[in-house]
Amino acid sequence: MKTNGYIEFDLDGEELSSVHARLHSVKQGDNERSFRIVNPRGKHAVAAGLNAPMDVRIDGHVGFYCGGMNKEADITINGQAGPGVGENMMSGLIRVCGNASQSAGATGRGGMLVIEGDASSRCGISMKGIDIVVGGSVGHMSCFMGQRGHLVVCGDAGHDLGDSLYEAQIFVRGSVDSLGADCVEKEMRPEHIETLKGLLARSGVNADPKEFRRYGSARKLYNFHIDNADAL
Amino acid sequence: MTDPRALRGSATFPPEVIREIQRAADQGVYEIRGFGTKRKIPSFDDLLMLGASVSRYPLEGYREACDTSVMIGTRFAKKPIELKIPITVAGMSFGALGSHAKRSLGWAATEMGTSTTTGDGGMTDEEREASKTLVYQVLPSRYGMNPDDLRRADAIEVVVGQGAKPGGGGMLLGQKINERVAKMRDLPQGIDQRSASRHPDWTGPDDLEIKIHEIREITGWEKPIYVKVGATRTRFDTALAVKAGADAVVVDGMQGGTAATQDVFIEHVGIPTLPAVRQAVEALQELDMHRKVQLIVSGGIRSGADVAKALAMGADAVSIGSAAMVALGCNKPVYHEDYEALGTAPGFCHHCHTGRCPVGVTTQDPELEKRLPPEKGGRLMRNYLQTMVLELQTLARACGKSHVLNLEPQDMVALTVEAAAMAQVPLAGTDWVPGKNNY
Repeated sequence: MKTNGYIEFDLDGEELSSVHARLHSVKQGDNERSFRIVNPRGKHAVAAGLNAPMDVRIDGHVGFYCGGMNKEADITINGQAGPGVGENMMSGLIRVCGNASQSAGATGRGGMLVIEGDASSRCGISMKGIDIVVGGSVGHMSCFMGQRGHLVVCGDAGHDLGDSLYEAQIFVRGSVDSLGADCVEKEMRPEHIETLKGLLARSGVNADPKEFRRYGSARKLYNFHIDNADAL
Repeated sequence: MTDPRALRGSATFPPEVIREIQRAADQGVYEIRGFGTKRKIPSFDDLLMLGASVSRYPLEGYREACDTSVMIGTRFAKKPIELKIPITVAGMSFGALGSHAKRSLGWAATEMGTSTTTGDGGMTDEEREASKTLVYQVLPSRYGMNPDDLRRADAIEVVVGQGAKPGGGGMLLGQKINERVAKMRDLPQGIDQRSASRHPDWTGPDDLEIKIHEIREITGWEKPIYVKVGATRTRFDTALAVKAGADAVVVDGMQGGTAATQDVFIEHVGIPTLPAVRQAVEALQELDMHRKVQLIVSGGIRSGADVAKALAMGADAVSIGSAAMVALGCNKPVYHEDYEALGTAPGFCHHCHTGRCPVGVTTQDPELEKRLPPEKGGRLMRNYLQTMVLELQTLARACGKSHVLNLEPQDMVALTVEAAAMAQVPLAGTDWVPGKNNY
């Protein structure tokens, strides 16, 4: 059904698999690329595996893995998101207008995830190139084993932020309960302020980059430490 | 000179224990090594097949058919896979193995009509091209994970654990992280890379069910989805994998190999393959899912006899990793000086973690890789698989079976009390099954 320029799917009546069959068939250059999904009612894996440029608006709350492995699509969730929103996304944009549960953007390899509210624990866990901007606060162990990309937190961060961090960069405006193993505060140089400015502009989240602090890896866990006492 | 009759070794502190304590004191870090457990544990060697007799009718060796085909993924997948032989190649990462080894395995598997499996480094184009049937692993690290590879795979394996290190994540030491491997894994070159030990976006069986559902939605419900567990609480793990919606369960016993793991993990965590198979089969039977959810068993499978015994215990197929590497030349008595440079010798080498594999299997070094031309590796592996199949058919025919999946526990006895208890088959020459009857 087409409403206000959107092709609309009602998950109260339609099977998720048939909705996905339609969305997965969208190709680069197709004319019909605007979709609206209503009544998601916490269903899992809504709009997962999208594979082409398109706009998908989801009106309501979603369960696990909404927008999982997204490529190129712009997905807006007008509600709250369950665990693993945007997990392993490759590109495109996912915007959560409410809050997100744990493991938001887990292992994401590209694109941008914007969470306008708060994100729970392990936000950006094992991230591999994604940019995540959180308008509110994040829970404990966020950016755990973060490999690449940026995590921007406009509120506060829970304990053990950036534990076992690789090369992902973290910006936090508020307080940090504690830093995880091998995560340290780093100097906020002009180039970092520029990077952050760009991220905030892309996300549409309004914040002053100069109010943030930067965290990254001390790189002390990169290689196993061997004493070789007998060689002394 | 000391009189050797005066020397009394300690059972608590034998030479290898003394050596390890002193190595630990010198280096201050646990030993990391490749390969699987080296300790003696109950195994398929402790079982014997019962050939035909007055009450059983054998099949003629070369004249009567003995089918070896098996379907995997018949529960939910729209496109289950058909294997011509019940011996698959286990997941081994590109990174741990070089590209020549991966291509060799793919070509051989394709010729023999079976599958290969990716590993903890993502899928390479060479591997996809070489393998007609390729299983794509979804691991806790999610290195190289992307939806395009999910879709071009023939089956998907969600790895919860592996036999060499149930509860532990992968390791790949810096010397093996070259530019290509680093890029695939989104990591800096040359670091000692530790994979996560648990999945980043799910915990527990209820979440796993949702994860599997997501993968099915992304891939249009086409692909069989396996769940792989390291053998520990196998009965529960198998039941929970079934509950989570797996099409197949892969159970990897403690003999399963690794390219790099702490020795303490390899030798002290998990249970042997033998009892794990039995527990998995019992779990499937209790749920009325035996043969509906396929069981693939790995960990120390080396010969057609091992395959026959695993199938007789109720497995649908087996998977080989270390044995496949040995077929490619691992531990072969050649290039002695290179073994020596690693401080080891052919037959004892477990130095996969160093990246200096003398026979070019577990290395990223182009010079060492030249020692394993893929065409040659493919032929070696094909011959090995072919031999295993012939051995398997020989034993199945001897037991009167026209299909290898018709082998059953009643076709076996145990040589030891331990094996009888673990496999729940009678001790040879008795009708005694420990824990079951007459005790």
